[in-house]
Amino acid sequence: MSVRVEGISKRFGLRKEVVGVDHVSFSAPEHCITSLLGPSGSGKSTLLRLVAGLEVPDAGTVEILGQDVTSTPVRERRVGFVFQNYALFRHMTVFDNVAFGLSVRRAPKSEIAGRVDRLLALVQLSGYERRLPDQLSGGQRQRIALARALATDPRVLLLDEPFGALDARVRVELREWLRSMHEQTHVTTLLVTHDQEEALELSEHVVLLSNGQIQQAGTPSELYENPSSSFVASFLGGAKVLTGSVEQGRASFGTIGLSAFSDLADGSRVEAFVRPQDVRLEKVPASSLVEPASPSEGAPATPPADSGSASLASAVSGAREAWVERLVKVGSYVKLSVVLPGGDRLSVQMPRHEVEERGIAQGDRVLLEVRHVKVSPAIDYVI
Amino acid sequence: MSGIVSYLGGGPARVDRPALEERRGLRWLLIGLGLGFLGLFLLVPLAVVFLTALRDGLGAYARAVSDPETLSAIRLTLTAAGIAVPLNLVFGVTAAWLLSKYEFSGRSLLITLIDLPFSVSPVVAGLVFVLLFGARGWFGPLLEQLDVKVIFAVPGIVIATTFITFPLVAREVLSVMQAQGSDEEEAALTLGASGWQIFRRITLPKIKWGVLYGVILCNARAMGEFGAVSVVSGHIRGETTTIPLHVEILYGEYHFAAAFAVASLLALIAVFTLLLKQWVAWQSRRSLEPRAASRATVAAPAVGGAAI
Repeated sequence: MSVRVEGISKRFGLRKEVVGVDHVSFSAPEHCITSLLGPSGSGKSTLLRLVAGLEVPDAGTVEILGQDVTSTPVRERRVGFVFQNYALFRHMTVFDNVAFGLSVRRAPKSEIAGRVDRLLALVQLSGYERRLPDQLSGGQRQRIALARALATDPRVLLLDEPFGALDARVRVELREWLRSMHEQTHVTTLLVTHDQEEALELSEHVVLLSNGQIQQAGTPSELYENPSSSFVASFLGGAKVLTGSVEQGRASFGTIGLSAFSDLADGSRVEAFVRPQDVRLEKVPASSLVEPASPSEGAPATPPADSGSASLASAVSGAREAWVERLVKVGSYVKLSVVLPGGDRLSVQMPRHEVEERGIAQGDRVLLEVRHVKVSPAIDYVI
Repeated sequence: MSGIVSYLGGGPARVDRPALEERRGLRWLLIGLGLGFLGLFLLVPLAVVFLTALRDGLGAYARAVSDPETLSAIRLTLTAAGIAVPLNLVFGVTAAWLLSKYEFSGRSLLITLIDLPFSVSPVVAGLVFVLLFGARGWFGPLLEQLDVKVIFAVPGIVIATTFITFPLVAREVLSVMQAQGSDEEEAALTLGASGWQIFRRITLPKIKWGVLYGVILCNARAMGEFGAVSVVSGHIRGETTTIPLHVEILYGEYHFAAAFAVASLLALIAVFTLLLKQWVAWQSRRSLEPRAASRATVAAPAVGGAAI
């Protein structure tokens, strides 16, 4: 393990009244990208700054490559840090920015020049040596910041919302570029982000935080497929959490025709995580009168999915009538808000062509088909 | 203002007259009031100083300015400012650095204390030093043993000047440092720079215009300070009179032309300070603005190819 954080806590304010992170432990594998993901205020940036040594922890330890660096000053930790707002030295040229880490260590001039050349080639900005940061675009600045951080050959690369200040298109391009750059360098990287897509796409390992505590850690697929709590499910993939109860061995969710086998006792409260992409809609012909189908019939039972927890049952898809409250076309897909018979709202995301083929429009009555629904015993959990 | 006006003017609402513009009559009234006040209270007195100074001809002016006592006053003023300004430069930058980079209890109290020399009357400040260093003051007997004279002597004038002008550099540099944040310093720290390297290579270039601005104001005040210096000086002619004190003495003795001639030196310093201040403000604005001119040429390669 390249970076190990053990029981780390940090509070802010003169009376230590603001919790930054609260007794957090995690480890990041070597040569991989690990994402620290969470909403704003979840403590992810604080955690990164604690690893860098820019904050001093109240309790706990930080290890880098097996060496305890908790009391090592920042400048001796050999970490590369990239800030959201680049923090380039504005009065220095691109060359001097990238060379800074080497020149403060009094590296020979020829060595510095060679290394800066190679790094600028790596970030695809050769020929920009004489420019000042103000003469670069946001994406270019962030790549220079990355080159500057890599110049000192850091043991860990720490990226604090590196694409947060960029517009959406550049963000996606830089994300791909970062991925390919990491494949060349294999520097162990910790990436702080609030963007789940960024975390799932870039990293081999995700640590999901909220309120200064770790909610779940694992590979992107583990978190996506087996969320440990409703918070994780709704944060990753925007799942809607429906609560229901077990009746005669089947979990049912109110008036929505969604049911699942469950080995929990009758009357247990259960919750289902429904992702927008896992719902398909079928238009109800205006003439036909559809009798409400009972959950046990009509819907084909799917074989139990392998879920980590034994008490979980696999989902069964169900179909039920609802109506389309709102419909927004967003490029290749369509976002719909559907009102269920009980009054609950469900977000649905469908490919544009499917919506058009089926002729679904705002105000239509639709049949709901839910696939891959995750059912788990309800935990009294406060978000 | 011009930015807002042009934005509103170019908006889709098609307003002929920018929303924030006053009616013509009111506008001229306001401008007239402003200029009238400025002329009456600032320009007329300045003109009077020079006119009165030259009333008895250039020869009298030259004699008043080159009088040995005047020359001594100029020397003392230059000495006091020459010591007070560098001291406050060091103190001010250090205090600003401390207050902007570190969080500690008592920090806001310290920020308030920096303003103390501005909030007490200069006369009180002068009296404080008399009570401390005067013959019957706290350190009086000790200073007498060491045969050091502070009050009614040059050291007292320097101390009083330093005290009065302390906030000028500290305030200015503190606000510049707070505005710029410490991201660049943190970046330098992660890159392995030492505290001194960070200060010299990152912080100093960032704050240099703020420092210069503070030094200019500090110097102007140091040369013009009257109240506190008057209390500690003892008005010994040719020995402990600074330019402002010398003006007062001449004026009190009805040498009006000579008094205004020496006062015109202070007025010249003031005008020069204002010009310098304006130039520094312009320079610092220019260093903060993105290089608009060169940006256009940069945009071209940025659009094509792999550049993002």
